[in-house]
Amino acid sequence: MIGANGAGKSTLMRTIAGLHAPLAGTIRLDGQDITRVPAHKRVAAGIVLVPEGRRLFASLTLEENLKVGATRARRGRWNLGRVYELFPWMIERRERPTAFLSGGEQQAVAIGRALMANPRILLLDELSLGLAPVVVHRLYDILPELLASGMTVLLVEQDVTQALRVSDWAHCLLEGRITLSGRPHDLAPADVEAAYFGLAEKRASGRG
Amino acid sequence: MSRPPTSAWRKSALPGAGSGVIWVNAVVQGILLGGLYALFACGLSLMFGVMRVVNLAHGDFAVLAAYLALAVITGLHIPVLWSALVVAPLFAVVGYLVQRFIIQRSLDVSPLTTLLVTFGLSIVIQNALLTTLSANSQSLPSGSLASASVQVNGQLSIGYVSAIVFATSVVVVGALQLFLSRTGLGRQVRAASDDQEAASIVGVNVRHVYGIAAAIAFATVALAGIAFGMYSSFDPAAGPQRLIFAFEAVVIGGMGSLWGTLVGGIILGVAQVLGAQVDAGFGVLAGHLVFLAVLALRPSGLIPARIT
Repeated sequence: MIGANGAGKSTLMRTIAGLHAPLAGTIRLDGQDITRVPAHKRVAAGIVLVPEGRRLFASLTLEENLKVGATRARRGRWNLGRVYELFPWMIERRERPTAFLSGGEQQAVAIGRALMANPRILLLDELSLGLAPVVVHRLYDILPELLASGMTVLLVEQDVTQALRVSDWAHCLLEGRITLSGRPHDLAPADVEAAYFGLAEKRASGRG
Repeated sequence: MSRPPTSAWRKSALPGAGSGVIWVNAVVQGILLGGLYALFACGLSLMFGVMRVVNLAHGDFAVLAAYLALAVITGLHIPVLWSALVVAPLFAVVGYLVQRFIIQRSLDVSPLTTLLVTFGLSIVIQNALLTTLSANSQSLPSGSLASASVQVNGQLSIGYVSAIVFATSVVVVGALQLFLSRTGLGRQVRAASDDQEAASIVGVNVRHVYGIAAAIAFATVALAGIAFGMYSSFDPAAGPQRLIFAFEAVVIGGMGSLWGTLVGGIILGVAQVLGAQVDAGFGVLAGHLVFLAVLALRPSGLIPARIT
């Protein structure tokens, strides 16, 4: 999911996670209407959000942050040990609060916390926000492993190149509407640019 | 005029006893009285620490618990301490329901609304008690317990009631701390307190967890209400006067810190008893002065920790 600032990407993610009620329309999971299901029950249904800004719990240690992620865990391959396998550096700092971690490390904890619930659909919102490119690259390196386990990942990313590199399917969002969809290798850079900045939208609606 | 429960300390100073012993005795009795304040204040501290709710009806719920205990004691013919086994669980249920159906609704509007709503609850409870049970003051029949004491030495004795209340207070604060820091539900409480929205997206049912926190807080209020009723008499209007002591204990100790509340209660108790030692009318004022000094010099309290 790509799009400029204010395109509605985060709102979409938060609505899917159950933090916003949609003004119209329905949200379906496996054909079941979950529009009115509260956020905490959607976790049990397999929808887990890694929110923008990470939102770790300040008064909890690193390990407690991970454990609280398993509050409504589904059965699956992810548990504390697996998360530590994925991020071995965490073991040494498990007893410490997360405030002392770097931004990239905090993002890793947020991902680990979400994995603890064994999501079917993992919502990653602005994974790279405020992080150094090398750190972002390392975080993206774990995506193939998650996808290989059968998990669906819905990724919101402002860095278009990065997003198109890792995804199977891309949507471009503008002012709350999808302006372009397709497999990344089918999308011409010019079309993406047009959809991203709204040129296509304006052309299509005749308002330009 | 609010006065601390006067039976809390028995001056055991014998004629001719050294003045040092009198002061030691005053400090010991103050610490024990502080246990009562801490037991009373920890529910207030918990609700503030977890939900940022200042429950202005806290004192009135304690008075209500005392009346309920009285009814249980006279109705079932059981000793005063056993009444806690009935009243505390009942109050936990009341706390959960009050949180879910009254406080949470006002919390959804704005934090300020909770002040108005709990203030309203305070008035409703006082007047309901007044119309149904009259303004006569009551006390809990504690039988032989009331006058029994352990003689530590010639000059120092510790009353059973104050010792039991103090021990209860330490156990309650310790158990609460363990619950919050060691259990999964306690972890959920802390997570919900840190960030409601983030808690809901990791699967925490924030409203339910807040209800649990309120249930625990109300159970401690019930214990405190019974303890107050054993210390001194109560009437329907006694709540707000007591609430001041709970506020002072919480503020002295540090908002939202449970151990801080215990320390704050003890400091308040010691200040009141030492003050009363100087002059019988100076006790409560001495407590207020210590409270004001802490508020002026260390507004975040002595142990300014969040609930962890």
